[in-house]
Amino acid sequence: MAAEGGHGPLTSGEYISHHLQNLQVCKVETGEWVWNQCAGNFWTINVDTMGWSIFLGLVFVILFRGVAKKASSGKPTKLQALVEIIVGFVDSSVKDTFHGKSRLIAPLGLTIFVWVFLMNFMDLIPVDWIPMLAGSLGIPYMKVVPSTDVNITFGMSIAVFFLIIFYTIKNKGVTGFIGELTLHPIAPPTKGVGLIAAPFIIAFNFILESVALIAKPVSLSLRLFGNMFAGELIFILIAMLGIYQLPLHFLWAGFHLLIVTLQAFIFMMLTIVYLSLASESH
Amino acid sequence: MDINLTLIGQSFAMIVFVGVCMWKLWPPLIKALEDRQKQIEEGLAAADKGQESLVRAAAEADDIVAEARKQATGILDQAHARANEIVADGKADGVKERERQTSAAKAEIEQEANRAREELRGQVSAIAVASAEKILKREIDGKAHEDILGKLAQEL
Repeated sequence: MAAEGGHGPLTSGEYISHHLQNLQVCKVETGEWVWNQCAGNFWTINVDTMGWSIFLGLVFVILFRGVAKKASSGKPTKLQALVEIIVGFVDSSVKDTFHGKSRLIAPLGLTIFVWVFLMNFMDLIPVDWIPMLAGSLGIPYMKVVPSTDVNITFGMSIAVFFLIIFYTIKNKGVTGFIGELTLHPIAPPTKGVGLIAAPFIIAFNFILESVALIAKPVSLSLRLFGNMFAGELIFILIAMLGIYQLPLHFLWAGFHLLIVTLQAFIFMMLTIVYLSLASESH
Repeated sequence: MDINLTLIGQSFAMIVFVGVCMWKLWPPLIKALEDRQKQIEEGLAAADKGQESLVRAAAEADDIVAEARKQATGILDQAHARANEIVADGKADGVKERERQTSAAKAEIEQEANRAREELRGQVSAIAVASAEKILKREIDGKAHEDILGKLAQEL
């Protein structure tokens, strides 16, 4: 179990909550930055998940940049072949779904797919390895799977949310955007006695459509967070079983490998779908 | 589990990474992929074309071989004809030569016979004179009877 020098044996509750605790640094009211006393404070950085997230993003960029620099249409190296499979896969997914022309969507999809995959993949590293290593270096908490941090998944889905709004306004104009929020699903009457009812219908539409709009980033991020958090929690529970954890661990890792890939794919695919909905007029 | 500054940090990080991807990663990779697709397409087309020209070349080669065979047969025929001609010429020459030799031999024989005849004639006339001398038992003037003797010799 997690090494926490001097504290003696941990109860299972302590073990679990220790694993779920972020390494945090926050700015308190006095203006100082303090470590790990940040409950309820917005000005907090989850150093571990943020750090791993950036690290994995850099892994993605450096790996792909190395291939992209030497990319040629001749005989590919093995790594180039792998990268090209991923790029080709993302490209065909985007072309199947998004029919407009955009220089952003495909690179966005690629970044999301690979980055989320790498973040999820951290879940397959045995749950105690990195926290124990960090503990031996004097770092009290270390959460290594960025996608089990709701801030990380929300951070990404909010970026996608703003892109949805940007694309809607870009392709349909501000009036189109407002119209989409207010004139669906019930078209308000434009003449006659029904005109009295129009404001109520518009208000009703607005409530319905804003919920639908806001549900997009929320569901996008919570889906990923929920899957990964549950998977991580099960890994932690399995890790408490002593010697019996070995077969169970491999079994769950096998299932989780599917979840890891699937969730990365779903995040990418839904992003593309949302953005293509935003760019197409019905 | 609280929402905190990490959210904004992650959004920012995402914008940066997507930007880098858009700027530095995607264009060269997709270009390499599309170029390769084009190359493969062209390669397949070239292979088809090559196959086609191979078939055409084989047909052409067949034609050339057939033509060459025809020519060879022609040349062979000509050679046979020429050989026959040469043999025929040789035969004709042989015949001519034989005739020449034969006629030369004949002429020589004739000449030889004539000479022998002349000689014989001389001798016979001498013998005739001697015989006549003996027969007449008297000296006959050879000069007076030379014309008779000559005529006699001529008849031999």
